[in-house]
Amino acid sequence: MNEVDDAARKRAIHRQAASIVASVAPFGIVFGAAAATAGLPLLQAMGFSLFVFGGSSQFAAVEILGDGGSIASAAIAGLLLNVRSLAFGVIMAPALVGTWWQRAAMSQLMIDESTAVGAAQHERRWRRYGYLVAGVGVFVVWNLTTVLGHVAFAGAGDLITELGLDAAGPAAFLALLWPRLSSAPQRRTAIAGALIALALIPFAPPGVPILASMLGVAFAWVGVPRLAVADGSGPETETPS
Amino acid sequence: MSDATVVLIVMTVGTFAFKSAGPLVLGDRSLPVRVQQVVDLLPAALLAALTIVSTMGDGRAIVVDARLVGVVVAGVALWRKLPFVVVVVVASAATALTRLIS
Repeated sequence: MNEVDDAARKRAIHRQAASIVASVAPFGIVFGAAAATAGLPLLQAMGFSLFVFGGSSQFAAVEILGDGGSIASAAIAGLLLNVRSLAFGVIMAPALVGTWWQRAAMSQLMIDESTAVGAAQHERRWRRYGYLVAGVGVFVVWNLTTVLGHVAFAGAGDLITELGLDAAGPAAFLALLWPRLSSAPQRRTAIAGALIALALIPFAPPGVPILASMLGVAFAWVGVPRLAVADGSGPETETPS
Repeated sequence: MSDATVVLIVMTVGTFAFKSAGPLVLGDRSLPVRVQQVVDLLPAALLAALTIVSTMGDGRAIVVDARLVGVVVAGVALWRKLPFVVVVVVASAATALTRLIS
């Protein structure tokens, strides 16, 4: 009985991870092509995908370097995009059990996609499993497609928009969010987080709106009567506002 | 060393520090109940923000384009309880189709 449940859960996670890994492939090709266009040799492009492993930050840094930007501006823009990993780490830490070096190794896989699949699961071991399956999958595909893009494609940006692949990522994130929306505190948090992120897009460097969305948690219990809060459906003490 | 190599090294070190801080510093020690309640809610905020930013964000601009059509279609597919893979495929197809006819 339990084995059947486990197998079903694994299959569900594999399906989620497969869609999200596939959605990354065209962006890897575009990154490889963009790095080539910016004048980076193949080894440097590969270095970014292997060692930094953070899609949007790689794009930002390479774009700035290609435009003749300074080392500082490229590195700072890239790092700002990855500050959100700090928050991802707090979410995933309890699930990423292991020796310190195992935890360090698993940390390298920490990106939007692995955190999204991991955090969408409910039990700790499935969070770890989902995180690792999506993380390893994206890591392999991202690195292979970086090479492919660098050597074979230039101007692959059209491919993404023509096939509508730029909607695959957001659709996958929405699908991972969906089951949480049936709980009121989760739903309020999601709505508040989305609004905070949206409002900040024009004012903050890319990456920061996603980080700031975490403040949406403050709205989880807004409008919930103290009695409901006291009976365990919310925090025991004062309602945060 | 070329500029790109310096940026690569700085970003590798900095990014790994951000990624590993939680797992290495917090580890799997259990957090106070109040903190745990907040952490349980964080994925909802995170997933919603990833959805909205990858739907309507374009650098520092908020844009309404064919991606939004795809994500709305994804929402309908989820409401109809369609499987994950189908949701992603119909969203891409709807976005591609929107671009084709507009």
